[in-house]
Amino acid sequence: MADIRNNFVGIKSPNPFWLASAPPTDKAYNVERAFKAGWGGVVWKTLGEEGPPVVNVNGPRYGAIWGADRRLLGLNNIELITDRDLYVNLREMKQVKMNWPDRALIASIMVPCEEESWKAILPLVEETGADGIELNFGCPHGMSERGMGAAVGQVPEYIEMVVRWCKQYTRMPVITKLTPNITDIRKPARAAKAGGTDAVSLINTINSIVSVDLDNFAPNPTVGGKGTHGGYCGPAVKPIALNMVAEIARDPETYGLPISGIGGVTTWRDAAEFLALGAGNVQVCTAAMTYGFKIVEEMITGLSDWMDAKGHRSLDDITGRAVPNVTDWQYLNLNYIAKAHIDQDACIKCGRCHIACEDTSHQAITSFVDGVRHFEVMEDECVGCNLCVNVCPVENCISMVALDAGALDQRTGKNVDPNYANWTTHPNNPMARQAAE
Amino acid sequence: MGRLDTGIKASRLSPAEYAANFSDLHPRLENHEALVASDRCYFCYDAPCMTACPTSIDIPLFIRQISTGNPIGAANTIFDQNILGGMCARVCPTETLCEQACVRNTAEHRPVEIGRLQRYATDIAMEQGKQFYARAASSGKRIAVIGAGPAGLAAAHRLAVNGHSVVIFDAREKAGGLNEYGIATYKSTDDFAQREVDYVLSIGGIEVKHGQKLGRDFNLADLTGEFDAVFLGIGLAGVNALRTEGEELEGVVDAVDFIAALRQAGDKGSVEIGRRVVVIGGGMTAVDAAVQAKLLGAEEVTICYRRGKEHMNASEFEQDLAASKGVILRHWLAPKKIIARDGRVAGIEVEYTELSEGRLVGTGETGVIATDQVFKAIGQTFEASGLGHLAMEGGRIVVDADGRTSMPGVWAGGDCVVGGEDLTVAAVANGRDAAESIHRALLAGAQPTAAVA
Repeated sequence: MADIRNNFVGIKSPNPFWLASAPPTDKAYNVERAFKAGWGGVVWKTLGEEGPPVVNVNGPRYGAIWGADRRLLGLNNIELITDRDLYVNLREMKQVKMNWPDRALIASIMVPCEEESWKAILPLVEETGADGIELNFGCPHGMSERGMGAAVGQVPEYIEMVVRWCKQYTRMPVITKLTPNITDIRKPARAAKAGGTDAVSLINTINSIVSVDLDNFAPNPTVGGKGTHGGYCGPAVKPIALNMVAEIARDPETYGLPISGIGGVTTWRDAAEFLALGAGNVQVCTAAMTYGFKIVEEMITGLSDWMDAKGHRSLDDITGRAVPNVTDWQYLNLNYIAKAHIDQDACIKCGRCHIACEDTSHQAITSFVDGVRHFEVMEDECVGCNLCVNVCPVENCISMVALDAGALDQRTGKNVDPNYANWTTHPNNPMARQAAE
Repeated sequence: MGRLDTGIKASRLSPAEYAANFSDLHPRLENHEALVASDRCYFCYDAPCMTACPTSIDIPLFIRQISTGNPIGAANTIFDQNILGGMCARVCPTETLCEQACVRNTAEHRPVEIGRLQRYATDIAMEQGKQFYARAASSGKRIAVIGAGPAGLAAAHRLAVNGHSVVIFDAREKAGGLNEYGIATYKSTDDFAQREVDYVLSIGGIEVKHGQKLGRDFNLADLTGEFDAVFLGIGLAGVNALRTEGEELEGVVDAVDFIAALRQAGDKGSVEIGRRVVVIGGGMTAVDAAVQAKLLGAEEVTICYRRGKEHMNASEFEQDLAASKGVILRHWLAPKKIIARDGRVAGIEVEYTELSEGRLVGTGETGVIATDQVFKAIGQTFEASGLGHLAMEGGRIVVDADGRTSMPGVWAGGDCVVGGEDLTVAAVANGRDAAESIHRALLAGAQPTAAVA
């Protein structure tokens, strides 16, 4: 049996599946249910400073987009940090941690960008027995208008400064949560590292308007006729999150910095992909908010079964394994040549590959052969773009087949060069480096 | 009276049972069901379903319109090709047409529910009284349409759209043809056929003359002089005879008459049905009669078909429907004689059959099935007079691809023409295409030419 116990910057949990700081972790009742369901850890919903708590809107807080059969693909929210009293949260956190000593309990914190504010709250959190803290530099709505959340996360200097305060005033591990609402995710990650963070977690939610109510001409969710941008999450954001995780994982300046991967993790497979791109564990929210806490059973068994099937013994065998294979476009092998191949036995003859190729790409797939509907790749036109594979409704019906070295590429009339060659040395590249004489 | 009384009796069931038995076979999809069903469409290129539809409805487009919350637009797409799309959604044997062609069958043996989605869209548009067509400026041309069935209505509508004035002559009290008189009650509930006729006629410019029978009240020659063109959509008015002893007995009924009477009966409990019923035939009419006999409370209903299951004209779906209602389907049995007792039907003697060198022959082995009532459903025939010297072939009217008959200025379509498919949807296609042909001919101003000499 694969060992999926997780040790993330010294914080131990029975599995790498944590619930992200969000509505599911707002109070003891929910967190107790989550732990009973099997979650390895939770990041408690973000605490604010002492005093009257924030208030939330009392109308709709969430908007969504859906796929077929109303499957939820993307969720956005305009909820703020916890709207419960700080001491109520702290008391509950302490009790829950006592009840569940083997689970990870992290406190998410967002207070004003002043040293005194952080200095004041950190001892209170430490007293609960929490395993670590996560700095909420990501929340893109509401709190950012008040100079917190993403407003901090978008300024690397602030990140470094706050992380430094935290490392100074607590011995708890510090996880810095990053906002994706920034051009280059490496900058805030480098700043967090410079400030001494133990880890980063990403992504927080993405600025978004999920839809517009066309009867009222107002964004959804609409509160009394008006709407505001919210934070986007769920399966739709996973590709963005994976890229940002990979960028930090392969950046020489942050290489090796522990990462807690967040963003659309819905199945064990999503989690494995985050781990492969360098995450030490994952945090989940939307999937739980869509299906309930039980989904963690699928995640645990799926990850474990896959690891058993592939011979991976522990999470360390997986984490970062795909990072060396993430590269810049300019280093891709231009001598690698693949052609689409349609399995005629699997083909249901919907014709989508043909029309996609014919209307929008390279006119490389037939629609009629000898008077009957027949879809077949014309290798002399196929550039190997993979569009047909992606639009085909039948899994594994169309596959990309690499040409062997020396084989004739019917499109170019040239034989496949067995040697690796990329853009940096390509003759069409005006910047091409001259081969050493 | 009770459900097991012998003989042919009315009121075998309770009012609640009649109501349940003759309710909609496939109710309209709810909004959510329609979204789920429409999501399954792959929006195929050169879609096979569209090719399989005799009226070539742009099925991928209308389903995509449903999936994006635009059922009105979907209905417009449907009606553009088939103004009787509402009835076709109910009665088309989709399992042998569009849904058989659906590529989903290949991967998962379950097609997109095209028929039910079509009904969803057309029902919504018709309920809202949504009209998609306005008449073109009057052409000053008058066209006579004989027969207010699917072919005639489709022709009349398209002619009206093109600005022509249309007079429809129909022998019956109500328009609709087989849609009104020939379809099982549970396929067209709530007087849908008449509502659809009203919807089609609301375009304006179409006058319907009821009780006008060709050959009795007027002849074709009367119309060709008076009108600029004539369209014949007269269907098949006759039925084949069994030609067996006892056919004249009380209790031997044409299935089409039974089906029509049942459709017209306001109170289904007033329709008499035998405790035991035998239906002779293997087509849709046989199934419709048998199933409805069962729904009226007959204890035992048997379909006897003289060939094998694989030869039945009734689709697999229809056969399964009959079986699910408790109808017994028997094959390789031919009627020999209807047996009387006290002047009424008491049973039917049948003989086993087989194919011998490609010919159907009796094996000599006979038996008797006790029955109170025998329905004949062995096919309809062309039966019309007053047509003059119209070229016929195999008992049906000869037409070209545009529906032109041998007589200048006369077009025909639907079941009455050679190659007629006994399908509502095919009749609609014929009527529509003939109307376009008439329009082109009138526009050209030339004397329409005959297709066949």
